[in-house]
Amino acid sequence: MNVPALLAANERKDLLRLLTAGSVDDGKSTLIGRLLHDSRQLFADQLDSLTRDSERYGTTGTIDLALLMDGLRAEREQGITIDVAYRFFSTAKRKFIIADTPGHEQYTRNMATGASTCDLAIILIDARHGVLPQTCRHSFIATLLGIRHLVVAINKMDAVDYSEEVFERIRKQYSDFAAKLEATDIHFIPISALRGDNVVNPSADMPWYHGGSLLDYLESVHIASDRNLIDLRFPVQHVIRPSHTFRGYAGTIVSGILRKGAEVVALPSGRRSRIASIVTFDGELEEAPAPLAVTMTLEDDIDVSRGDLIVHVNNQPIISRELEVMLVWMSDQPLRLNHPYLMKFGPRQIPVTVEKLLYRLNVNTLHREHDEELGLNAIGRVIIESRQPVCYDPYVVNRSTGRLILIDRVTNATLAAGMILARHSATIGELNTDRTAATVRRPGAVVRLNELEASPAESTMESLTQLLWDNGFQVLAITPRMISKALGDEADQREAADVLARYAQADGQIVLLHPDVPLARETRQWIGRLDASVAIGGSIVNGAPVYTVTSLTQGHEADVLSTSSSLTGAAKFLLHHLAQHT
Amino acid sequence: MMSHLRLLEAESIHIFREVAAEFERPVMLYSIGKDSSVLLRLAQKAFYPGPIPFPLLHIDTSYKFHEMVEFRDRIANELGLNLIVHTNQAALDGGCEPASYGTRSCCNLLKTQALLDALAHGKFDAAFGGARRDEEKSRAKERILSFRDIHGQWDPRTQRPELWDLYNCRVNQGESIRVFPLSNWTELDVWTYIRLESIPIVPLYFAREREVIERNGMLIMHDDRFQPRAGETPFKAMVRFRTLGCVPCTGAIRSEATTLDAIIGEVIEATQSERQGRAIDHDQDSSMERKKREGYF
Ligand SMILES: Nc1nc2c(ncn2[C@@H]2O[C@H](COP(=O)(O)OP(=O)(O)O)[C@@H](O)[C@H]2O)c(=O)[nH]1
Repeated sequence: MNVPALLAANERKDLLRLLTAGSVDDGKSTLIGRLLHDSRQLFADQLDSLTRDSERYGTTGTIDLALLMDGLRAEREQGITIDVAYRFFSTAKRKFIIADTPGHEQYTRNMATGASTCDLAIILIDARHGVLPQTCRHSFIATLLGIRHLVVAINKMDAVDYSEEVFERIRKQYSDFAAKLEATDIHFIPISALRGDNVVNPSADMPWYHGGSLLDYLESVHIASDRNLIDLRFPVQHVIRPSHTFRGYAGTIVSGILRKGAEVVALPSGRRSRIASIVTFDGELEEAPAPLAVTMTLEDDIDVSRGDLIVHVNNQPIISRELEVMLVWMSDQPLRLNHPYLMKFGPRQIPVTVEKLLYRLNVNTLHREHDEELGLNAIGRVIIESRQPVCYDPYVVNRSTGRLILIDRVTNATLAAGMILARHSATIGELNTDRTAATVRRPGAVVRLNELEASPAESTMESLTQLLWDNGFQVLAITPRMISKALGDEADQREAADVLARYAQADGQIVLLHPDVPLARETRQWIGRLDASVAIGGSIVNGAPVYTVTSLTQGHEADVLSTSSSLTGAAKFLLHHLAQHT
Repeated sequence: MMSHLRLLEAESIHIFREVAAEFERPVMLYSIGKDSSVLLRLAQKAFYPGPIPFPLLHIDTSYKFHEMVEFRDRIANELGLNLIVHTNQAALDGGCEPASYGTRSCCNLLKTQALLDALAHGKFDAAFGGARRDEEKSRAKERILSFRDIHGQWDPRTQRPELWDLYNCRVNQGESIRVFPLSNWTELDVWTYIRLESIPIVPLYFAREREVIERNGMLIMHDDRFQPRAGETPFKAMVRFRTLGCVPCTGAIRSEATTLDAIIGEVIEATQSERQGRAIDHDQDSSMERKKREGYF
């Protein structure tokens, strides 16, 4: 064995954190066992004890791969998994951390816990049963927690004669429901966890399926661009003062890139300085990207302490004492309005109260329920009032500065997890003050998609987003779905589109507008005042696609700037255009 | 793209800093093994250029390998560590040793009891340990911050949900937490990191000709503190240790791996998971989980 080569490869591997979700008996444990087994991650003694356990507790007659996933004795005796269990395996390309969360009715809390750290979720469906209310719930929770990639694994294909028709029916059923979700990437794979079809190895029994196996997909799905490398956010965790001459701020760069010399501001105090050095045990760095944990020093001796947030002067978060939050309630003690709780937000612990329960969300139907109570495993939209100003970004924009947990002040129990929503009125008010404060903000641009004959708007938006991300732009794709997701179904789409687009554009982002997003006249007007505003359209001419990029800028409206026979061609022009005008 | 080791490293450093900032009296359990060596390096990195802001605690059963103790003292000296060594002397004076007490009671008194005593005595409210989730089935569900009641006991039902990297660091008087910064590391990650970072480890991990005896199918190091039993004759063999513990309860494996690369080659090809070398796990099914409830790691 060539160990140095293997290690060199191991040092380069990246990491994919994934979640498996399914109802009880959909075959989650079997699937994970199969992944570990077929990718040769099982040690011989684990196999021995598995064989022993299978005789004692097993249900399948042969080796029960599901038993691999059970850990605690009490659970094993009940025959169910009741918590989040983490499993590890790696292939030549990636290391994987699997969070296994139970599919039992009352365990929304565990699922949310598992999902919080994951990049991708495998949603398991039993081919014999199709999409169930639980399927919707799991998918919703995964996307609520910010997971962008969903793999819908339709399991037990062996039990439905490997039927393509069944697969297609379920795929359609799921897609209809998924229109309500804000997942950017949904992928379907027919599998049999029990027999191993399309898990690691391709299936001989489903010649009609031409996609790769589940493992192929997990190894290749592109997640690097999910990481926000634009907005520098550095919460100070610890102040390091080994001597009178050194005062370092230790913390994890949760998003963006920290650069020596950059002008920064410490929030909430608003004091400014420049980054003097980035210090690590392995030497000083010129720059460090998220999510590295480093220590930095500042040029000026300004008062910075644990809990402060260091950001670029021209890219600041929202500061507010009122937060609108989606809460997942995790305690037997239901939510009490106006009761003092502690909120852990980054390194800070802040006294808060929940002022209002706007509504509770029925996780099976996604309907809103107006009720006074938010109990264990319920999800509700609330207003939180904080005693101190909170510097945050909406969770959809920045996963790491838009999340919180609530803690009971007496028992210290973790009561709830929260995702901060983009706020309508607050956003407008605060953006204005924010904008005057920010003098040298790099402006973004607006790209409107026209009806596209040549390819569906959804997938065009996806490819464009990806391309722009890959080229260092930060992108906000606004679709009708995204608006309902961020601001609720009642939100006025015109007004919401306006606020979101203004905010993102002012923030230096490229705003992609879906053709179905309605625009107010005012919105069209301010878009027209931007140099870089364009529209992209695609039509079929003589049987071949033609993509055009036209100007939306006042005085140049509808000027054709470029035509091209492929989306990539149009996108190339767009990149060039944006680079010139932003 | 960032390599998974750098991501794991950053995650561990974050955990160290968070706990050090939030708790009044943290301590790091130092077992001298390879995981502890990695833990130590991560602690150094977390607080660099400052010193590690908490003491290290070694529970010495007095039956550890001589080479472990030498290594411990040398490292503590070189790095200027604040090292506390605690031994349950009362139990030793009472004659506690594995053969007559049985491995379970012996471990209970010299490790678990000693650890709980030392933690109580030092009034430590947070203890870092090197356990990983991939080590054993029941650990797959262990939290990174594992909550213990006033008796140092672990109850699977009172553990707090752990979301993102927002750790709930609040405890009441007398309660404490165990913290596992290596939770998401695998054995291979640990070895790769040791190599990447040139972290020193105890020479017992490397194969050498050593004097051993065979007992219940295990190769036990011949040591001046323990006489061979009737019918046992010490012999020389090329062996190394995959895990380090007390001499009479830690089995060696036959191996030719004298270099780090060779060890890692073995790990990759391993057909036995690492805890198999320890007598204590053979006691009965789910033994590790029971030990955990009692306070042992
Ligand atoms: N026919 C068939 N049965 C399966 C398949 N996968 C799992 N099962 C069976 O479904 C039952 C539940 O599986 P398990 O993995 O324990 O489900 P979990 O509750 O989701 O973890 C067991 O009896 C499995 O053997 C499959 O692909 N085909």
